[in-house]
Amino acid sequence: MKRNTDFSELARNSGEWLRGTGPESDIVISSRIRLARNLADFPFIRRCSDEDRISIERTVRARMEAIEDWQDIRYVDIEQLSEIDRQFLVERQLISREIADADGSRAVAIDPHEQYSVMINEEDHLRIQVMHSGLDLNSAWDRINALDDKLEGAILYAYHQKYGYLTACPTNVGTGLRVSVMLHLPALVITQQIEKVFRSMQRINVTVRGLYGEGSQYTGDFYQVSNQITLGHSEEDLVSLVGDNVVPRIIEYERKARDFLISQGQKDLHDDVSRALGILSTAKKISSEETMHYLSKVRMGVNLGLINDVAVGTINKLFIHTQPAHLQKLHGRLLGSSDRNVERATYLQRHLSGSVGPGELN
Amino acid sequence: MKCQYCEKPATFHITELTEPNGPQVMHLCEEHARGFLQKDSSSPAVSVAGALAKQLNLGQTKKELAELDQKECPVCGISFFEFRNTGRLGCPYDYTHFESDLEPLLTNIHDSLEHCGKKPRRAAASADSQATMIQLRREMEEAVEREDYERASEIRDELKQIEDASSKDTSAKDVNPADTGGTDTSGTESGDAS
Ligand SMILES: [Zn+2]
Ligand SMILES: [Zn+2]
Repeated sequence: MKRNTDFSELARNSGEWLRGTGPESDIVISSRIRLARNLADFPFIRRCSDEDRISIERTVRARMEAIEDWQDIRYVDIEQLSEIDRQFLVERQLISREIADADGSRAVAIDPHEQYSVMINEEDHLRIQVMHSGLDLNSAWDRINALDDKLEGAILYAYHQKYGYLTACPTNVGTGLRVSVMLHLPALVITQQIEKVFRSMQRINVTVRGLYGEGSQYTGDFYQVSNQITLGHSEEDLVSLVGDNVVPRIIEYERKARDFLISQGQKDLHDDVSRALGILSTAKKISSEETMHYLSKVRMGVNLGLINDVAVGTINKLFIHTQPAHLQKLHGRLLGSSDRNVERATYLQRHLSGSVGPGELN
Repeated sequence: MKCQYCEKPATFHITELTEPNGPQVMHLCEEHARGFLQKDSSSPAVSVAGALAKQLNLGQTKKELAELDQKECPVCGISFFEFRNTGRLGCPYDYTHFESDLEPLLTNIHDSLEHCGKKPRRAAASADSQATMIQLRREMEEAVEREDYERASEIRDELKQIEDASSKDTSAKDVNPADTGGTDTSGTESGDAS
C-alpha cells in the first residue's frame, strides 16, 4: 500500500468502470456493490471519540498493509486533502459525499484500476465498494466477496449470530450489502413511460432513484436501481434480484421504447441528437446541467447508430471530466463558475472534434 | 421557480420515485441538487430508519415511550431517544441491549429477523465479549491519557487474548464453516464429487 495524494495522473485518465464496455453497456453505465462492516471492538462512528477514529484508522491501515498483493493500492488520508481533491474523489465515485464532508480521521484505499475502494470511518467503520462497467454484478460480487474475505482475515468484524453483520443503521444490517445499477433510460423518459415502468416494480424490494428526473428542462435520464432490504436473504439472492430479475426487465422496456422512437420518426430523432452533438462541440461556454442534458442525447444517438464517430467510452468519460473538480484538476488551477463554463466548452470541443481519442491524455 | 432550500433558481427537478405516497418532485438549485444527489447515494434506504423509528410511538402510550426514550446502552451510552432521532445506533451491543425495541423496526424494514447470508471466518464469541472489548478499549485510551502505560499495555494484552479466543470459539461452535476449507457463502462447491 502506498500513501499517495497526487491525483493528476488519475484526473487525466478514467476508471475501468467508465470504459463503456461490458454486458448491456448501451443502457447500463455501471454495476456497483458495497459492503458495510464494523470493527467488533469500537463503538459505531456516531459514538466514537476523536481518539477512537484515529485508532480505527490506524488499526485498519496497519492490517491492510499486511495484506499481500496490496502493494499497488493507493492509500489516501482524506483529512489531509484540499476541498477540491475531496470533491474530485466524490465526482470519481471513489468516496461518498458524506465522508468527504465529515470531520476527523478518515481515509480511503483505492485500487489503481478504480475497480474497488475501501472507505474507513464513513457511516460504518468500513465501506467496501466494487464498481464494474456495464451489467456485471456476478463478477462484482465475486470480487467484493474475495476482498471481504481478505479483510476479515485481518480484522475482527462486529457480528451477531442472529442479525448477521452489525451496522450503524438498521437498514444495512444482515448482509450489509447494497447492489446499485446505474441505468441510462432516455427513450423511456421521452416516451413518458418511465414512471409507469417503475411503479410496476414497487413492492419487490428495490429502490429506484431518478437522478435528473422528468419534467426537468435539463435531464440526464439516469436512474439508479438498488436492493432495499439487506436482512433475511443471502448475498447471491440480493444480487440476483437486481441483476437477473429487475434490471433485465427495465432494459427490455428501454429497448422497446428506442425501437418505437426510431419507427416513429428517425429523422426527428436524428436531428435532435445531431443538434445536441453540434452544441457540445461548438459552444464557447456551457454549464454542467446543459452538458449533462446534451451528453445524454448524444449517448443515445451513438447507441442507436445515429452518430458514428464518437465512442461510448468518450461520452462516459466526458460526464465525469466536465464536472467542476475534474475541470479544475485538469486545468491545473482553481476556476470560478463562469471560467469553468468556458473551460468546459473548450474541453468538450477538443474531445468531440475527433482530435483526441478516448484513451488519450487530456 | 425557486430552489426549495434557498433563493436561487431551481435548475434541477429531481423525482423520488419510491416515496411511500407516490413520486415526489423536488426543485433544487445546482448546489442543493448536488448535495441531495450525492448524499449517500449508495444507501438509498437510509432515511427509512429515521422515519420508522419515529413511528414506533404508534403502539405505545406517551409514558411508555418516554421511558423507552430514556433507556441507555451501558456500553456506548446512546439513548433510545437519540437513536429515534438520528436513525443511527451507537455500538454493536445496541442490537442486544435494545433487541425487543428494535425487532418491530427490523421486521418493518426487512420483513425478516434472521440473517442467512455470509458468515465471517472469525467473529467475536458473543455480544457480551464484543461489549467487553469496547469497554476495555475505552479504559486503555483513558490509561494512555493519564500516561499509565503499564495499565494500557496490560489492557492491550487482554484485548488481544479476547480477540484470539473469540476467533477460536466461533470455529469450535461451528459458526465457521470456512475453517473446514471451503468458502462459507454457498455450498455449491462442496461434497458431491464422485
Ligand atoms: Zn438551493
Ligand atoms: Zn451501545
